[in-house]
Amino acid sequence: MNTSLHIKGGRIIDPENGIDRIGDLFVRDGIIVDSLPKNDKDAQVIEVIDATGKVVSPGLIDIHVHFREPGQSHKETIATGARCAAAGGFTTVVCMPNTSPVADSPATIAWIQERAASTACVNVFCTGAITRGLAGEEMAPIGALAAAGVVALTDDGRCVQNHGVMRRAVEYARQYGLPVMDHCQESTLSADGVMNEGEWSTRLGLPGWPALAEDLIVARNILLAEETGHPIHCQHISSAHSVRLLREARLRGVPITAEACPHHIALTDGELKNFDTNFKMNPPLRTQADIDEIIAGISDGTITILASDHAPHATYEKEVEFDRAPFGILGLETELALFLEILLHQRKTLTLPQILAMLTVNPAKFLRLDRGTLSTGVPADITILDPDHAWIVDKNESASLSRNTPFHGHSLRGRALTTIVGGRVVWDLESGFRS
Amino acid sequence: MTTHQWKHKDLCALADHTSDELITILDTAKAFKGVGERNLKKVPALRGKTLVNFFIEPSTRTRISFELAAMRLSADVVNISASASSLEKGETLLDTARNLEALRADLIVIRHKSAGSARFLADRLNASVINAGDGAHEHPTQGLLDAFTIREKLGSIKGVRVAIVGDILFSRVARSNIQLLTKLGAEVTLVGPSTLVPTTFACLGVKLVHSIDEVLEEVDVINLLRIQHERQRKEYFPGLGEYTARFGLTKKRADRIKPQCLIMHPGPMNRGVEIDSDVADGRGSVILDQVTNGLAVRMAVLYLCSGGAPYAPATPVT
Repeated sequence: MNTSLHIKGGRIIDPENGIDRIGDLFVRDGIIVDSLPKNDKDAQVIEVIDATGKVVSPGLIDIHVHFREPGQSHKETIATGARCAAAGGFTTVVCMPNTSPVADSPATIAWIQERAASTACVNVFCTGAITRGLAGEEMAPIGALAAAGVVALTDDGRCVQNHGVMRRAVEYARQYGLPVMDHCQESTLSADGVMNEGEWSTRLGLPGWPALAEDLIVARNILLAEETGHPIHCQHISSAHSVRLLREARLRGVPITAEACPHHIALTDGELKNFDTNFKMNPPLRTQADIDEIIAGISDGTITILASDHAPHATYEKEVEFDRAPFGILGLETELALFLEILLHQRKTLTLPQILAMLTVNPAKFLRLDRGTLSTGVPADITILDPDHAWIVDKNESASLSRNTPFHGHSLRGRALTTIVGGRVVWDLESGFRS
Repeated sequence: MTTHQWKHKDLCALADHTSDELITILDTAKAFKGVGERNLKKVPALRGKTLVNFFIEPSTRTRISFELAAMRLSADVVNISASASSLEKGETLLDTARNLEALRADLIVIRHKSAGSARFLADRLNASVINAGDGAHEHPTQGLLDAFTIREKLGSIKGVRVAIVGDILFSRVARSNIQLLTKLGAEVTLVGPSTLVPTTFACLGVKLVHSIDEVLEEVDVINLLRIQHERQRKEYFPGLGEYTARFGLTKKRADRIKPQCLIMHPGPMNRGVEIDSDVADGRGSVILDQVTNGLAVRMAVLYLCSGGAPYAPATPVT
């Protein structure tokens, strides 16, 4: 199939190449090209997309999603998770390994890759576990996972508590060039905590999960990254103090990176006042001071990657007592809008190209993915978006199998309009998914 | 001037309610207290209504108090416990509660170890939900009966100095007391080990001190909470001996309190630990009055949440 695309008149923003101009973009055979040949006899179809007044960006990348397959396909499947990605403007996602079974073996990785190839409408990459069964004790078969094609290692959801195990894993991962990503949570401090420890846990009588528990592991990871010289990535940073630790370390050149999620800059722990489990996630919502510092960190280059931590759970699983409900919320479909609403429209701390860099080239470079750019010759993953498009989140319109979003009813500005993966339009706002 | 009104089907947390609403409950409870003093201890206010005591955490005094309160209002009462319910078979709390509602329960009194569980049900059921203690969150009727007792004995709550002593961090009784007493103008001081009275409590408009000797001479009420040293408290303080030495209301300390100071305890007491045995039975102790008043307060809560008209006294007191 030789479909060509001609995307006309959009504002092309390609952070990788420092491009921000009005112009046309061409795609042929799924690859970005400089121009389409005149009288192209081979082309069966030339689809022309009018992007006038819109932004044409490299396809967005989210390096932190939970697609629940294998094992928990009542919450989400790779197919439905990928549809959420597409509807949110994401052309590439990186799945976390806390599936059932855990993605700690080449066989499971191969299963996920096969499933993604046959059912997903976006690019799906895998991470492998750091330790077997995410148990934090024995090293997972890291070499075999690398050979199977994982793009990073993480025990996300569980944090490796044993510093000796973590140190050896980072050292070992280095020989394969596999970055290590860590969910930063010291479990004796977080204990049975289900929300931020502070004023609101005091008011609500819910067990607190103090920021200190994140800060301590961020500090550990900084020291380990410095000691081993191997990159460690701190996932979903929620605490102001963690941002300050990271800022200082990055200024010294320590190979440490960090990501931020929309909910950690959109909502505070005061939202839990009605015990709504759609506000329960891990790490938890914290305070306005934390939000301000995370935004400062995103704005000054301390935090370089934006991600969702898309974590679907079935309604019946969330409809329980607060402390018994699982952690996690949907993210992919509201992610772009929340970042644009907060960072571009409200705080105005970053330009649109700067925000898009954290959703494209930065995650691509970190995980060495051949994506996140509009350079000639790369696979044509493209997101057409309107940063000013005003809309109201309706959970019932979600492509997910689950409905656990705290943003239902929120008015946001910014939305993907068309999502193109490998030169093929997979979704657009007007007509929905293309089969 | 208090506007007496109550328009809620549930009572989940005192934090949810205005001072007028809380005074409405206290004034209505005052009217109901008389019922318990009569030879015929029964009024027909809730005749034909069904109340389910749904206690998923052990309790004797609160459950019996609710049961008697319902009976005195002529309601039909059923008691269920966790072990006798389908929760043991893996049924969710919501499903169990919906089954109770399908049996046409009008009022569900719930005690549960999870904070927010009463609110969770109240938002999803048409039946009235009354919180009888949800984790470390609130125990609203205990807070009300404590305030009722202070008001009855001292005439008013405004300006009264109250010390709450003990394991504040894990105490729903403390949280309900703090909410109600601060709303009605009392000065509340929390007393206990710095691990169990952490600085985060300052946001509730209370003073924090870490020695009972600091407050003995100045307070009008000392409310002693049950202190335990089971497994989950061992990292918070070293032992009961050390606790009693610094926070126990010993006989010697009791000699230093104001003559009219009230000594309260929500029970069950550990005699010789947080309170000396003689002090528990001595001058100023209103511990058993609290129990009696609990019945009146619970009658008022059940009555108001069922749509009963508030009682407004001719001469209002605060």
